[in-house]
Amino acid sequence: MAPARVAFGATPPGGRHQRPGRAGSAASARLGLMWRLLFVLLLGVVGRSALAAEGQRTPVPVIEKATAGTTCVADPATMRRTHMDLLKHQRNDTVRGGVRTGVASLKACINCHASQQTHSVTQGETNFCVSCHSYAAVQIDCFECHSSKPSGAAHTAAVPAVQTVGAK
Amino acid sequence: MSGTPDTKTPATPARRGFLGVAAAGLGGVFIAPGIQLMEVAQAATPSAGANPQVRWGMLVDTSKCAEGCSDCVSACNKENGLNPQVSATSAQWIRKIEIKQISTGRTASAPVMCQHCAEPPCVDVCPTGASFKRADGIVLVDRHACIGCRYCMMACPYKARSFVHEELQEQVADVPRGKGCVESCTLCVHRIDQGDKTTACAQACTQGAILFGDLNDASSDIAKRLREVQTTQLRADLKLDPGVRYHGL
Amino acid sequence: MRTDHTQFWLMAALGALLTGVGLGAAHYMELHGHVVTGMNNQIVWGLPHVFAIFMVVAASGVLNVASIGSVFGQGVYKPRAPLSGLLSIALLAGGLMVLMLDLGRPDRIIVAATHYNFKSVFAWNVILYSGMTGIIAVYLWTMFERKLNPYSKVAGLAALVWRFVLTTGTGSIFAFLTARQAYGSALLAPLFIVLSFGWGLAVFLIVQATMYKWTGLKLDEAIQRRMARLLGVFIAASLYLVAVYHLTNLYFARQGAFEAFILRDGGLYPQLFWLGYVVLGALLPLALLFHPKCTGARWTFAASVLVVLGAFAWLYVFIIGGQAFPLEIFPGSVVSSSFGDGVVAAYSPSLPELLLGIGGLGAAYLITVVGIRALDFMPQDDFALGAKH
Repeated sequence: MAPARVAFGATPPGGRHQRPGRAGSAASARLGLMWRLLFVLLLGVVGRSALAAEGQRTPVPVIEKATAGTTCVADPATMRRTHMDLLKHQRNDTVRGGVRTGVASLKACINCHASQQTHSVTQGETNFCVSCHSYAAVQIDCFECHSSKPSGAAHTAAVPAVQTVGAK
Repeated sequence: MSGTPDTKTPATPARRGFLGVAAAGLGGVFIAPGIQLMEVAQAATPSAGANPQVRWGMLVDTSKCAEGCSDCVSACNKENGLNPQVSATSAQWIRKIEIKQISTGRTASAPVMCQHCAEPPCVDVCPTGASFKRADGIVLVDRHACIGCRYCMMACPYKARSFVHEELQEQVADVPRGKGCVESCTLCVHRIDQGDKTTACAQACTQGAILFGDLNDASSDIAKRLREVQTTQLRADLKLDPGVRYHGL
Repeated sequence: MRTDHTQFWLMAALGALLTGVGLGAAHYMELHGHVVTGMNNQIVWGLPHVFAIFMVVAASGVLNVASIGSVFGQGVYKPRAPLSGLLSIALLAGGLMVLMLDLGRPDRIIVAATHYNFKSVFAWNVILYSGMTGIIAVYLWTMFERKLNPYSKVAGLAALVWRFVLTTGTGSIFAFLTARQAYGSALLAPLFIVLSFGWGLAVFLIVQATMYKWTGLKLDEAIQRRMARLLGVFIAASLYLVAVYHLTNLYFARQGAFEAFILRDGGLYPQLFWLGYVVLGALLPLALLFHPKCTGARWTFAASVLVVLGAFAWLYVFIIGGQAFPLEIFPGSVVSSSFGDGVVAAYSPSLPELLLGIGGLGAAYLITVVGIRALDFMPQDDFALGAKH
């Protein structure tokens, strides 16, 4: 009876035997847990953001103010939660349908929220989109294609700079 | 060794069980989100925006096209924020082609851009439906869906599409374009949608060689002109029915 | 046993290194954009696609070995079926890896997986390729799991049908292109199917010969001769279809300039076609496989390697040569422009492209090595011929 052929030191048929007396896995698991806890604590200490506002227990990103005298599409809390959905659902209407008058216009957002210093929403660390997104570690894909600068040209007059709340 | 002739011993039950659970879990992880998210891409979404009664088109009178003149190209570059520096990888939405007929020696000059076909092969081949024809006949690339596979570039008989080979910085706000996506002439859709009556190239041509308008409106300038003069479509044999017609070729 | 163990880890390390290099090249391409490659607006599909399409077509063809066993009942091929299935999955994974990483936006794979334009062959291919992996997995399962062995014939049949559709889909990528003179032919789908037979069997023979050598075994002469002759038949059939494709093109006046370019005037392309594919990739292997003096396993191995090299040559001419020839927008005229109209497009492959392609091969190799180590893929000739599968 010829022995079974196996390639590259594979487990022979019948299985390999467990070596008795191997150090218990329970002990090494406890040790691993300790290191993990230490690591997390260390992270918490080191991870204090440079952008943390003064006197806050939890560091929050610095949010630059938008153009004075304007109101956003909805209140800040709602916008924080839903701005991505508003933009995403609007964009198909705009691109595929040619509807240019929707409420959630990215260009309008940028027109209001562009920084006074850098004239952009992504250039500086504290600029509007970047400060929250880098804090939340959510990569923004929009500005690979979209300009991050406000557009003051004449033929964008159809997009109002000021949106009123509850326009939808 | 035992006396069994067959060496294929089944794997231990624990290992099998693990493999089975892992396979089921992986399968579930892959399939479950797809069931919610999967949608069939549509070629054109009817909406209040683009008017399906309209078909935007162009008439290019090549008898007015001067050899060496590229005003239309410069205007397009400026309007859309394209890099005017020509290279193997630069995006060119419109280009001037100098033509010399072999048998007769007759020369002509013509600007060639996306022909906005009624049966666009680029739309047929796009796997995600990013390349689409709008209700008013303009063929566009939805860069939200474009994965940069360049299949549409292989399919276009007019070589109208360009691929963005590097990161872009100073995009025009009305014309979002970015690295890794494919693009082509949009018939200045950002202007047309705001009520503009013409495209940048048509406006820039001092000879009036390019006429833009609604092909479906019998009273439009372009429709009237098309009834008067002889015009052809490029590669008409392919039966793609382009929206751009040429006179003088 | 000890040397086996070391050998496995060394081989796996090599595979991981090659794959890593490929991934690194892909990252470099994604970071800087395709400007760092040789591809441009005239040649939009380059060296990565040559590698990827070879792997995908060979993946389909390598499953042939299993089909001949399960579906057509040829006993000699049955013990080879599991290895054939593993190679198919490995090559498919490698090819898809290269294709997906070469995308302009590889981060948008999710979009590709959730938005389908079913008029596009590419969209169908997304489903066909991923489904192929699933079907082969099930097929392998029916072969390994004793209780499911009776179902392996049905699973094999399903795999056979699926991969015919898949290879038709691959050929149709080019067949459905109306624009270019190199493509748009209904012949391309069957051509790709026949090419897959040859390329897949060649890859299988290379892997099988290597595995046997490394485990110190010798493949039975009769089996080796039989598979060698089969490879010869497949190469001849491929050569026939390629000849028909070109002969038909030569008959049409409007295709004349293109054929002159590919077959005579195009510089690198005719060289690759005639020398690389016809001589080295078809005629020489045929001689090595059928000549009465060349009956040894070494000749079969050499022929298989030549077939693979010839495949790359043919694909290079087909994919890149087909794009290099200028589009005829104004038939009967000589044209020039700033966008390369009227001139043959230049293309020189760049290092990142080559590394990405090699990375795909490395991934296929790694999957094969790990698979062989983990599960029982060695063809067990002495036992399987009599056993019920």
